[in-house]
Amino acid sequence: MTAGVDLGHPQAQAIQSDEDVVRVRQLVRAVAVAVKLSLVDQTKVVTAASELARNTLVYGGGGSVEVTTVDNGRRMGVRIVFADSGPGIADLDLAFTDGYTTGGGLGLGLSGARRLVDEFEIETSAEAGTRITVTKWSR
Amino acid sequence: MERVPILKIGDILLVSIQLDMSDQTAVQLQDDLAERIVATGCHGVIIDITALDIVDSFVGRMLSTIASISKVLDAETVVVGMRPAVAITLVELGLSLNGIRTALNVERGMELIAAARADELEYQLDDDPDAETAIP
Amino acid sequence: MALNAEESGRLAALLGGHAEQVTARWTEIVTGSLRGRLSQAELRRQVQDLHRAIVASGEQGAIDLSAENSAELRAALSELSRGRARQGFSATETTISVFALKDVLAELLQDGGGANALHDYIAFSKLVDELGLFTFESFVRTRESLIADQAEQLLELSTPVVKLWEGVVAVPLVGTLDSARAQVVMERLLQTLVDTGSPYAIIDITGVPAVDTQVAQHILKTVVAARLMGADCIISGIRPQIAQTIVALGIEFGDIATKASLADALRHVLRLTGVETARRQPRRDI
Repeated sequence: MTAGVDLGHPQAQAIQSDEDVVRVRQLVRAVAVAVKLSLVDQTKVVTAASELARNTLVYGGGGSVEVTTVDNGRRMGVRIVFADSGPGIADLDLAFTDGYTTGGGLGLGLSGARRLVDEFEIETSAEAGTRITVTKWSR
Repeated sequence: MERVPILKIGDILLVSIQLDMSDQTAVQLQDDLAERIVATGCHGVIIDITALDIVDSFVGRMLSTIASISKVLDAETVVVGMRPAVAITLVELGLSLNGIRTALNVERGMELIAAARADELEYQLDDDPDAETAIP
Repeated sequence: MALNAEESGRLAALLGGHAEQVTARWTEIVTGSLRGRLSQAELRRQVQDLHRAIVASGEQGAIDLSAENSAELRAALSELSRGRARQGFSATETTISVFALKDVLAELLQDGGGANALHDYIAFSKLVDELGLFTFESFVRTRESLIADQAEQLLELSTPVVKLWEGVVAVPLVGTLDSARAQVVMERLLQTLVDTGSPYAIIDITGVPAVDTQVAQHILKTVVAARLMGADCIISGIRPQIAQTIVALGIEFGDIATKASLADALRHVLRLTGVETARRQPRRDI
């Protein structure tokens, strides 16, 4: 097993600054390696995590991330939960449109991240903020 | 904050990104590079991303911006050494890196810049009647 | 389905009491069905294992195949079916090894089953059916995993990336391309571009009988990914039917170079590289 990754327990990381986004990437990478994702799948899930962590920071005003390993009996995987208590996403359909952005980016964060993972769930409201759960399974 | 070093080799600026950049570092690199292009008068920029294990939309946008800025400053930018997994991920992400020239490695990148430069000079010589006075 | 404790006890007693006779007769019946493809000694050992497992779980109370205390019985059945699947026996030949127990029980009960003979036989039969089904299931599972393993080996075998010329690699695709295989091939192709520093790749699909939307998408994505890395892909050997499918599916190949044959594709690449040197040549002379 990869050093420094406790597979049994969720790994938490706050997202409050640019450097935290880098830490999220490194954490997700370590867990993805530990559950033996292929190199391409590692790259995909780390990229998705980077996009979502940045969204949490920029649009959610900071938040936290939790990385866990999952096992459905046949395959292992990585599950990442991003949570913030920001203003929520008003129009989800619009937010998932390629190229739509309110933050001056390329507008690929949400829609792109969804294409890079196997499972993608989003709960959002103006009161409770946004919570995104993504899962990537080993092939 | 860490800074990405920029090396000058002949007429080319070489940027070899070796660390997992924070967004701030990426923006800083963008500014540094624009200044160095003007200060050195270089006509080529090679950005080596061999060591990068991911390129997300932020870094992708930075690369595009650098390419556009250097174009305005009369320098050709070539991004070299992108890993296969990174390329596959970028395609899936929907990032096309429009307007960026790419090459497999630094050597090919240098060839590309030399060829582009040669083409440009040749074009001026062939088609521009004032070219001979313009080029010493 | 499962036997109650009383019935289980009677079954265990019946089988346990006539151990020698049961295993001998059982082995005899199974031998006939396998037509000598398994040695008598090995068969006897397998039958004895099964016999022991059934008696053991019968003595512990009600036999229920899904229960905790039947782990040994389940293991014995799985072991049997795994072995048979690997040795290439059919599903019938495998399950008969279990169903043969019915004949043995019928004979035993006929000889001295007492008043409950019919009732017991029906109950025991049901249990044997259950054991047979379980064996069948694990037989199928083993076969499936064997097939999956072979498919993976085939994948390794059938996806060579070859160097065609200095700076030109080619991947000749042969056989049906499913999504998983397309992905493996493409990853390998891109890696080879890096390893050999080749700026040109030819994807030859002469040997591919059909292309669906997903596979076409994979090929397209690979071409785009290669471009991001600084290499160009040429697709060659598109059959008439595939060309028709591509158009019918509305897949945009855009500005991707396509050539009729591998030879044409190579010529195209050489011309691309050749023209460049030819154009620079005169300048040096001046």
